[in-house]
Amino acid sequence: MTAVTLANAEADPGRRLKALASQEALLAIAVIGLAIAVGLYNPRFLAMRNLSDVLLGNAYIGVAAIGMSMVIISGNIDISVGALIGVLATISGTLAVNGAPIVLAWLAALVAGILVMALQGAIIAYLRIPAIVVTLGMLSILKGGLISVTGGKWITDLPDSFHLADIELFGVLPVPVFLMVLATILAALWMRYSASGRAIYAVGGNPEAARLCGISQPRTIVMVFALHGFFAGAAALLYATQLRVIQSTVPPNLELTIITAAVVGGVSILGGVGTVIGSTLAAILIAEIASALVFIDVSPYWIRAVQGVLILVTVIADILRRRRMARA
Amino acid sequence: MSEIPLPQGAKRVVPWWLLRHETMLAAILLIALIVLGVLNNRFLTLDNLLNQGRLTTEVGLIALPMTFIIITGGIDLSVGSIVGLCAILLGYSWKNFDFPLPLAICFSLLVGAAAGLLNGFVVTRVKVPPLIMTIATLALYRGLAEGISQARSVRGYPEWFYFIGQENLFGVPAQLWLLLIAIVISGIVLDRTTFGRTLYAIGNNETAARFSGLPVNRVKLTIYTLSGLMAGLSACVLVSRVTTTRSDMGTGYELDVIATVVLGGTSIFGGVGTIWGTVVGLAMIQLLKNGLALTGVKGDATIVVIGAVLILSTLVASSLQRRRDGV
Repeated sequence: MTAVTLANAEADPGRRLKALASQEALLAIAVIGLAIAVGLYNPRFLAMRNLSDVLLGNAYIGVAAIGMSMVIISGNIDISVGALIGVLATISGTLAVNGAPIVLAWLAALVAGILVMALQGAIIAYLRIPAIVVTLGMLSILKGGLISVTGGKWITDLPDSFHLADIELFGVLPVPVFLMVLATILAALWMRYSASGRAIYAVGGNPEAARLCGISQPRTIVMVFALHGFFAGAAALLYATQLRVIQSTVPPNLELTIITAAVVGGVSILGGVGTVIGSTLAAILIAEIASALVFIDVSPYWIRAVQGVLILVTVIADILRRRRMARA
Repeated sequence: MSEIPLPQGAKRVVPWWLLRHETMLAAILLIALIVLGVLNNRFLTLDNLLNQGRLTTEVGLIALPMTFIIITGGIDLSVGSIVGLCAILLGYSWKNFDFPLPLAICFSLLVGAAAGLLNGFVVTRVKVPPLIMTIATLALYRGLAEGISQARSVRGYPEWFYFIGQENLFGVPAQLWLLLIAIVISGIVLDRTTFGRTLYAIGNNETAARFSGLPVNRVKLTIYTLSGLMAGLSACVLVSRVTTTRSDMGTGYELDVIATVVLGGTSIFGGVGTIWGTVVGLAMIQLLKNGLALTGVKGDATIVVIGAVLILSTLVASSLQRRRDGV
């Protein structure tokens, strides 16, 4: 199936580009359209404060979705990322509370994230165990490990300088939003124009062709997971520093939100297609929907169901579109 | 994967290897039993073992159809969420629709089957990979459970309903009979019927199975529906045992169930596996939990061990398989 798609895409690159652009344009329209629609129903939704809270509070999902997009584009999946973000936030917070230099506390989250994910990538790539088994196992190792080590105690008394998310660049631009935008642009450029970025698409789209082109599949997968770990580390920092406490438990079902953002952003679950601009827009859209539910008097308990429907609809649409393209 | 042996070859080779894997597993199980029994004199008592059987039934009921699904090379991650949805609908329809409890039970079983049917339908018709489809419905079904229940729990069921979850029948926990019947039926179906053999054919080479005129789509649709139905049944047993209904019920069941099946020697790549292996895997996982609990390890640390067991047993199985393929 993937071979057909790739052949098709190469035969008609213009059309594929158009299809991708439309996915992102569609998301941008959805983000703005939803804001207007909900604003008409309840103008308080459009209050600057609410909109910036939505962006600030969810920027970490956008950052984590960048790494998830790369993983899915390479033809893999990761369901351990939510648990990892919880663990990294706790590591970083514990170091900060115990008087380690703040920069070290920040770096520790990034390094630990890269190490854990690279290890998973290596097991997947070199020992050829399916990603779902490895990451499902890792999910429970991290989740159970975190609770048994911390006993579920909250970390409080964090030093003020630890709060990365509070910093405003040039006095106006909050760091979470800045990081999300910067990371998205850099990752998008890298994936579009660099050889190693293109290798991710090649490995996900057609592993055999990628191998014949001299791309090492295992090495690419380990690289993708290491990058994913880096973004998970950055996301953990934003997540840990936006509140005054760190809960030392795994945020429930965070991985599902991140996967939803990646998939809804146009990353094809069959691998080989997608961009991180779409996934960031989708992360914003999901956060916006969650906030909108409250403003249109719908219980926020429905948000997970909305996410499920969003994944389902995008995935089915993607597959049907591919089938039509293959037939054409 | 690339070189599929002829059917005759497969028939001879596969059971030989399976026999070894399962004998090995059963031997480990026996040693574990003895060691745990020596370490702790409360462990090797009939009471404790029967009680462990009671606790493991909910996972066991789902592990049987999961064995079928994994043999075909598929996976179902939504089972835990189906348990939650069915549990909520059991309580909600009883309390809010004033359904009589037997009707509410039937209704929740029906919803479970429908949830599985939706998985199977999209997997077979739209050709969405099972992994992605069931991740989507993992979110969707849990979301429905949360949305419908609004985080309120339901309790105060009539006394007779607690029979299946808490009472004994002929000296054995009532739900264990349910599990035993389910094990025997699925064992016979997998080993002795065309339907069962079709599952192996699909797992070994789906295209070949299709060209052989096997009803691949219908069989897949059946097993995903069955998986949902059994998750519904498991939800009823669970509610009866813990006497209350909450929307987070069954969270993480997919880990226990998949670990059980994979530990039991069913290949995650499809085409290989038995119900007997799953039963041994089920016993091992539960004894592991119980043994750790008795030696003072807390529940959260237990899932660390189960996660590690899942990865390691897949590693061992795949390296064994690779060596066999190499020979």
